[in-house]
Amino acid sequence: MRDSYDIMIVGIGGQGTILASNIIGEACILEGRTVRGAETHGMAQRGGSVESHVRIDGKFGPLIAPGSADLLIGFDLLEGLRYSHFLRPDGKIVLSERLVIPTSVYVQGLAIPTPEDLIKKLSRLNLTLIRAEEVAKEAGSILASNVVMLGAASHQIPLDESSLVHAVQRLVPKKTIEINTRAFTLGRNVGPGC
Amino acid sequence: MDQRYLLGNEAIALACLESPVGFVSGYPGTPSSEVIEILAAHPDRSAYVEWSVNEKVAFENALAAAWCGVRSLVTMKHVGLNVAADPLMTSAYTGVTGGFVIMSADDPFAHSSQNEQDSRMYAKFAKIPCFDPSTLQEAHDMVRDAFALSEELGLPVLFRPTTRICHSKSNVTVGPVLPYSGKGEFHKDPRQYVVIPAHTRILHRKLNEKQPVVRKRISESGYNQYHFRGKRAIIASGIAAAYVQEIIPPDVSFMKIGAYPIDEEWLAGFVRKHQEVIVVEELFPVVEEAVREVAGTVTIFGKKSGHAPYEGELSPESVARIMESCGFSPAVHYTSVQPVPDLPPRPPILCAGCMHRPVFYAIKKIFRDGIYPSDIGCYTLGLQLGAVDTTICMGASITVGSGFSHAGEERDIVATIGDSTFLHTGIPGLLNAVYNGANMTLVILDNRTTAMTGHQPNPNTGCTVCGGLSPQISLEALCRACGVPHVETVDPYDMVMLTATLKTAKSLPGVKVVVAKQPCVITARRAGVRRGTYRVDPDICTGCGTCIKFGCPAIEQQDEKAWISDLCSGCAVCAQICPAGAIGREGSR
Repeated sequence: MRDSYDIMIVGIGGQGTILASNIIGEACILEGRTVRGAETHGMAQRGGSVESHVRIDGKFGPLIAPGSADLLIGFDLLEGLRYSHFLRPDGKIVLSERLVIPTSVYVQGLAIPTPEDLIKKLSRLNLTLIRAEEVAKEAGSILASNVVMLGAASHQIPLDESSLVHAVQRLVPKKTIEINTRAFTLGRNVGPGC
Repeated sequence: MDQRYLLGNEAIALACLESPVGFVSGYPGTPSSEVIEILAAHPDRSAYVEWSVNEKVAFENALAAAWCGVRSLVTMKHVGLNVAADPLMTSAYTGVTGGFVIMSADDPFAHSSQNEQDSRMYAKFAKIPCFDPSTLQEAHDMVRDAFALSEELGLPVLFRPTTRICHSKSNVTVGPVLPYSGKGEFHKDPRQYVVIPAHTRILHRKLNEKQPVVRKRISESGYNQYHFRGKRAIIASGIAAAYVQEIIPPDVSFMKIGAYPIDEEWLAGFVRKHQEVIVVEELFPVVEEAVREVAGTVTIFGKKSGHAPYEGELSPESVARIMESCGFSPAVHYTSVQPVPDLPPRPPILCAGCMHRPVFYAIKKIFRDGIYPSDIGCYTLGLQLGAVDTTICMGASITVGSGFSHAGEERDIVATIGDSTFLHTGIPGLLNAVYNGANMTLVILDNRTTAMTGHQPNPNTGCTVCGGLSPQISLEALCRACGVPHVETVDPYDMVMLTATLKTAKSLPGVKVVVAKQPCVITARRAGVRRGTYRVDPDICTGCGTCIKFGCPAIEQQDEKAWISDLCSGCAVCAQICPAGAIGREGSR
């Protein structure tokens, strides 16, 4: 029977979804809990849509079934919407306000999605929007947006704040520990449930 | 013993260091590539590690090391095993003295591959044992045990993880890294290592005589297990076993297959105690065929009964659907949900500033009615630019091109191939094209690395995976040595020279080679190359869409005009193709 807490982290290749999921996994190890995860590698990384599955207390396979995720963390509005069907009806979505228009839209002449349209389509969900890039700049680097998002979602995650912070400090490059710790805290302060 | 959160390939690499392995070779291929990278970079590594030129070369190198009594690992993706199939088949005859593990990573759903073949069939074909892990812990433990089993049986062992093992993560218990201090020593024995007919007939008989021992040792390995719970059962293998365990009801028996060949008597004993059995496995019905052979009157559900798919990967919800279609009720019910329809796709795309894009653009311009055979690499994404007409396997751009030429095709043939792929299996094709008088142009997309799989070095890079410097090879000299009379090298960011070079090639008969040389934009950025950025002057931009159709991810459209985002890496190609001259270096206007 399923007794894991299932998190999807989605975005665009290069935005740091894998680091964010690694931080959750490392925090599970620190708490002595089992964990499973799955990632997109290889061809799909070249600016394509990417998804990480993380299952806290997971004991079986790494994949989260559509309609069953407890939490969706999205680094891009369009990608958040693309994977929103993975959420269970009472699941939560914590989403960056950033939107990168896919090149396919221009090359194929498709309708350009607007932030307003995308947010409207997500309004039926338990949604919190985060100005992740602004917060990351405040923390010291726009590159820490992924850790801001993790901090913002952290109230929902059944792991101790101290484990997550410790995991951030273990996994980010040494020179950026201070910035990323600040990014996590500032993100946590603007996240839902704080 | 240590609990760590590991990527599957990391768990596999650590198991090799615990064994400890003495020799490692391979060719990059998703999802296998990280194993060698992790081994090469490990601070406590004492093994020899190399990226080889192709899988056959890698296999034979590792086989020789295993003949010297050294524990050896060779890694590749599933289609790489096709390249290495020649030595594989006969290595089972010669056997090994040092443990020899062949890692062939399968890719159900073809996430990053050209097909969905099943490496378990190769193990059966070659008559060697095969391990098929269902969890990362099992992947780790199997690799460790595979070296010992290989030594005990004197046979190569195939290790077959899938994408959802290699690229998933889990808490894994790992042991201490041990130093490898052995030294290879080859003991001459022509009857074992020279497979002339007189020897090989005897070796084949000996291999067949070993099979009952192989079955017995696989049974004893503990990787095939079952639990009796009722009159109905599910048998599953590999990652599918993990999906089944998540949703199997408590009154249904369960068997997990993780190692082959399966002992028939053992299998029959389990199957015949049930009335109905579902077999759940990805790709080929390897387990199902074994089950059907011993089933007698037991009802078997699986691929052959139409209840499970032959293609693609499985998932918890697809396994639940299979169970429901067979009248079994899964313990977890998944609601059927659909993705939001009609969202613009975001497929992988060539990077902003990628050298491949201007080459494809120029090829399409100069060889307007041409045929464009291509190859395996990032540049396969040239499909999106309409400049890739065929890909089949590594190296086949050149051979498909020469085949078109001799088949009577009169249009211009322009093949594209990357530097690593050219060195992998491209050279024989080029030699053949020249030898037999084909008419074609070959463009070598020389970005100095194996970019697609994560920037592994190759002989064209100038260094090895362990960081040693290697002699600079010359692609131009290689092509000339193959007999190509016309070889020109060009900077693909220079559109004037690029189009002029392609025009010259078009005007000449025979086989022509153009080497388009520019480092991969990702490695260049990592090395500190900064070219500045470009911007569109909105007063000059006519909104003609030329730069938009170029397909660079840094170029967007705003209010009917082009706009360049901060993804720009400064290649300046858009500035050269803009008919209005509206694009310039930031600050220069």
